[in-house]
Formats: sequence, structure tokens, C-alpha cells
Amino acid sequence: MLRRTFLGMLGTTCVGASIPGIASASKDFKGHPGSNGVLFDATRCIGCRKCEEACNKVNDLPAPDKKYDDLSVLDTKRRTDAKTLTVVNKYKADKGPLFRKSQCNHCLEPACASACFVKAFKKLPNGAVVYDETVCVGCRYCMVACPFSIPAYEYDEPLTPRVMKCTMCAPRLAEGKLPGCVESCPKEALVYGERDELIKIARNRIERNPDRYVDHLYGEKEMGGTSWLYLSGVPFTEIGMREDLGTKSAPELTAGALASVPMVAGLWPVLLGGIYAISKRKDKVAAEEKKDAVANAIAKASEQAEKTLSEALSKADVANKRQIEVEVKKAVEEALTPKEEESDENSEGES
Amino acid sequence: MSNPGNPGSKSNLTAFNVIAGAIIVMGLVITVLRFTKGLGAVTNLDDNNPWGLWIGFDLLCGVALAAGGYTTSAACYIFGLKRFHSAVRPAILTAFLGYALVVFALQYDLGRPWRLPYPIFVQQGTTSLLFEVGLCVMLYLTVLFIEFTPAMFEWLGMKKIRSVVVKLTLALTIFGVVLSTLHQSSLGALYTIAPSKLHPLWYSTYLPVFFFVSSIAAGLSMVIFEGTLSHKKLHHMMDEEYLKHHDGVVLGFGKAASLVLFGYFAIKMIGLAYGNNWHYLASGYGLWFMVEMLGFVALPCFLYAVGVREKNLGLIKKAAIITVLGIVLNRFNVSLVAFNYHLPSSERYFPTMMEIGISVFVVTLGVVIFRFITTRMPIFHEHPDYKGEH
Repeated sequence: MLRRTFLGMLGTTCVGASIPGIASASKDFKGHPGSNGVLFDATRCIGCRKCEEACNKVNDLPAPDKKYDDLSVLDTKRRTDAKTLTVVNKYKADKGPLFRKSQCNHCLEPACASACFVKAFKKLPNGAVVYDETVCVGCRYCMVACPFSIPAYEYDEPLTPRVMKCTMCAPRLAEGKLPGCVESCPKEALVYGERDELIKIARNRIERNPDRYVDHLYGEKEMGGTSWLYLSGVPFTEIGMREDLGTKSAPELTAGALASVPMVAGLWPVLLGGIYAISKRKDKVAAEEKKDAVANAIAKASEQAEKTLSEALSKADVANKRQIEVEVKKAVEEALTPKEEESDENSEGES
Repeated sequence: MSNPGNPGSKSNLTAFNVIAGAIIVMGLVITVLRFTKGLGAVTNLDDNNPWGLWIGFDLLCGVALAAGGYTTSAACYIFGLKRFHSAVRPAILTAFLGYALVVFALQYDLGRPWRLPYPIFVQQGTTSLLFEVGLCVMLYLTVLFIEFTPAMFEWLGMKKIRSVVVKLTLALTIFGVVLSTLHQSSLGALYTIAPSKLHPLWYSTYLPVFFFVSSIAAGLSMVIFEGTLSHKKLHHMMDEEYLKHHDGVVLGFGKAASLVLFGYFAIKMIGLAYGNNWHYLASGYGLWFMVEMLGFVALPCFLYAVGVREKNLGLIKKAAIITVLGIVLNRFNVSLVAFNYHLPSSERYFPTMMEIGISVFVVTLGVVIFRFITTRMPIFHEHPDYKGEH
């Protein structure tokens, strides 16, 4: 049994250790070389919603409640949803209103892709993060995981709901076209290109107009870096972007927990098997001690009994002997007495 | 009811049956709504709050409260505490039903429930902690089922196959503890991917450890709590062996629970110190955090200790109830209360009556099946053919 348990443990350990890629959080992933992205410049955006309109058109999404030239929509805060893959929001600032477009940021190491347990999300070498609805189970862990709260869900679909998010227009990119929003932007607030180039462009803009921009290229490092990059004239929190996300990518955040899996699978059976062996051994020793004690007790008792018996016997012997002696004496006496009597009689008769 | 141990099966129209029946009918109605109108029609879930009560209660609490299975069988078979043997079968059954219902309840929450086997059989997302949860829960459900089968085989009189399964006990127990360690902890680890969404008082890189350790306390307390309930309602099904050991189990588990809660309190404080989050204690969330830590960890830890020292079973049972509530509170805090804390209250989630209805429906199903099985199979008593064989 012990040998078999050990072999079992060995097997478990090997399986645990051989699951590939389970703890492969890269130390410093800089994204696929030559991958693309989009630079958004909040100082150039005028909130015209042309990008929203283009996105709706190229992605064949249902028509919105209000037309895209109705800018009153901007007065309420909106987020991306199943019918709207990108939204522009208006923020109040000292200098006047500011606008910021939001959509999937296409992380270099996407939280959604790392969280998805069917690999429905994939980061393409060109930079886009795409979703495969043919395997999606609809658990919505991607939505929990996304630090930017971007993926949305078709809650009204009873049986075939999809997770909906910007694809960076991956199908259009494949045809050599620009993403819909970039193409339609009248103010060049959006620039599509190689991410490394975009970083250079952005740095250049900040350098040339230090008064116009805050010295921070959002998305360069946030959550391990994103393919979408943002420039702003005010701190990013003022245009609704969180600056407390840190620079760790999603896989880094979960690497520790994942790395402990093979350790638990390898160590636990050994530890538990050991504890079992000890408790079993303890039981065995206890049982043996009990057996010994009982044997001892029995031995002692029988010794005692024997002793008592032999004493009793010897006592009985003595008593017996004495009795025999007495009996013999008696018999002898008895035997002698009649003779004496007889002899007495005889002598009496003789006399 | 066929069992001779059941005194006088009267009319089926007992209060329990009527209420349970009504709840089940309600559950079926909501089920139809869910699968014809979609999640949006029955839940308050939205794009900011993708996980609601069905994950927070049915999954997270369900799995934690089913931890009695691995804790009890480990205590009995691995640590060799044979005096807890009478508690093993009820605990295994509770755990098996618990997990089965977790998987059942998950069907409501998943967008395309029939694809649940996909992550294991179609495309494996091994970088996902949810993959680990899914794989472990599937394997553990299988292990629990096998661990449960001897009771069923005894009921059915299948002696040969029963003895084969009984020989596997130790291997199954060890496998069960490994799987439980992994998925109990990875339920906590699910949230480590979202530090920006979970309040710092609850977010910690130690979340997996917190979930695992608290699951032990939950398991021990559930065995006491559920044993007490069964004692009241199913007393006639219990044999002398079970009843003789019952108090010993309560005392032993109470002692263990007290120690585990003490350790849990300590590591939570270490987590707080490691994250240097002390200053949050002075906020509203801090107050709530202290309610959880003092009222539902420190208090039951203390009550357990006093109860064990004074051999006060009533006190231990109260401590068990507080601990069970505390686990539910903790899982709610992580998944619902402290989650999305940064959002304005208008964008926060609160469950609909129909979501609550499904959760009540699932719990009711569990109780009904538990009663069905325990009034028929040798759970609280030894089967006459196999007395003293364990």
C-alpha cells in the first residue's frame, strides 16, 4: 500500500509540474514586436461622436435611440455596452468641456484573455484583442477581470449571449483598412500606427507643447501596457480614467496563485500521506503496546497464579504429609492396639 | 416511506412539504423566465456588475459551506481520529449535494450553460484561475460521489462493489483534500486579477490563503450546525453509535474550529499589515470590515474556546451558527459589497427578488434531497450488515 501511495504521489507531482504555461507570466512583456495601436489625443477631441457613428456602421450594430448628431447624449455619463462598442463622454474642466473616447484598450497582456477559461480571447500579433463567440461559455469572468470595465454582455439574449467589445476593427485591419473610428475622426484626435511609433509621436507632442499636455502617456505602462495610448491636457482622473491601476499586467497578478497549483498538487499528497503514515504507526504502536501490556499482565497474573498454586500445593503437600503421617500413626496405633489388647487378653487368658 | 426506522408516515401534507413544494414551483417558473427571456429579465446584473447573487451565494458560499466533506474525512481517515467516524457520512453527503447544487445553480448564471464542459474538453484556458476552479470542482464532485457510493451500495445490497470502493477510501480522501485546497483557494484567487475593483481591505495577494483557511472553519462549523439540525429533525434515523459520538464530534470540531478561526484572524491581520491598509479602518468600509472580523471571526473563535473548555454544547452550536453566517458575510463582502466599491451607488448591484428566489429554490432542493437520502440510506446509522466494519 505504501509503495502504491508513493507512486501515486509521484504521478500527481509530475502531472502538476508538466502542465505547460500554467505559470508563464512573462517578466517584462513589451508586446508583439511591430504591433499596432491607436493614439487618442484628448486635447484634440471635440466630442462630435463621428467615431461612434462609424463604429456602429462598420460593426453592423443596431441603430441607437438618438441620432449621432444629437450631442445632448453627452450630458449623461455612458459606458460601452452590447450595442455600443465605443463611447465619447464629456467632462467639465476649468478651460471648458473636455471629451474622452473609450473602448477596449487592447492590453499587451489582456486581463480578459488571461481570465478566460476557454481561451475565447486572443491577442493578435497586430495588436488587436479579439473574441471568439463559438467557444464562449458566458461566465463573464472577463468582465470581472477587465480593469477598464470594457467588455459588455448581451443580457437579453436567452440562449446565445455574446460578450461585446471593440475589436480594433480586426476584420478591416486584415483588409488593409483603418479602424472605423480612426478613419472617421475629423480632428485627427485618433492616430493609428505601430505602437512604438505612436509612443514617439506622443512624446514628441508632449515635448513640443509642455503647456498643452500633462507629462504622462496613459497606456504606455498601465496594466502592463495597452495598444491604445492616451494624451491629455489635464490629469487623467479628470477625464474619467483611473490612475491607480498600477503597471502590473493581469497575468502577473495571478501568477502567484497559479504557480502554487503544482506545488499543492505535489506537496499535499506527500504531507498527508506522511501524516497518515504517522497516525497509522501511532495506532500500530499503541496496539502493540496494548498487546504487550496485556501479555505482560497475563504473564504476571499467571506467574502469580502459579506461585499461589505451587504454594498452595506445597502447603497441601505438607498438610497431606502430615495427614498421612497422622493417618499412618493412627493406623499403626490402631494396628498395635488390638494386638496389645489381644496380648493383654492372651496374657489375661494365660494367667 | 419505506424505512422501518421512520415512525408512522402520516399524510404527505406536512408543513415542510407544502412550503418546499411552493418554493420549488416558484423556482420552476423563474427557470422558464430565465431561459426564455434571458439573464436581463430576471436579474439586476449589468455590464459593471457581471457577477451577482448567483455567484456570490450559490457558488462562493455553496463551495465554502460544503467544505465539511474534506475536513471531516481528512480528520477521520488521514489524521486517524476514528472517533469522528460517525460524522463522515453525513458530511460527505452534504458536501456532495452542496457541490452538485453549485454546478446546478451555475447553469442559471452561465450564458450558454451547455458549454460548461468546453473549458475542459474543447479548449483549455490554463492561464485562468476559473479553469482551475472548474477542473477541481468537476474532479472533486466525482470523488465525492465515489466516496458517497458505499452508503448507496449498502442500501442496494451490492456487497462486492461496496468493498472495492471502501478500499479506495484513503486515496480518495487525499485526492479530495488536494482538490479542495486548490479550488477553495482559487475561488479567492479569482479576485486577485482585479485589484482595482475590490476594496483594499478585502483585496490581498493572500486571498487564496484566506479562502482556503476560512473554508476549513466553515466546514467544521457546518458539520456542527448541520448535525444539530439533523439531530432535531432526523433523530429517529440515528443509531446509538451515531448518537454516542455526536457530542464528542461537536466538542472536537469546536476545538478545531476555534483554533482555525484564531489562525484566520491572525493571517487576516498579517494581510492588513502587509498591504499597510490600516488607515482604511477609519472609513465606512473599515467599520464594516471590523464588524466582519470582530463579530464573525473573533467572537465565534472565543465562544468556541469557552464552549469547549466548559463542555457547553449549546454555546458551541451558537458559535457554529455565527461562523456559518460569517463565512456567508465574508463571501458576500468579497464578491458583492466590497466589489466595485469605486462605483457611485446608482451603479451598484442589488439582487432582484427572482435572483433571491432561485437561490432559495436551490437551497430547498438541497434540503429535500438530503431528507430523501438520509431517511433511506445508512447515513446517520450503520447498515446492520456492515456493523463495526469501518
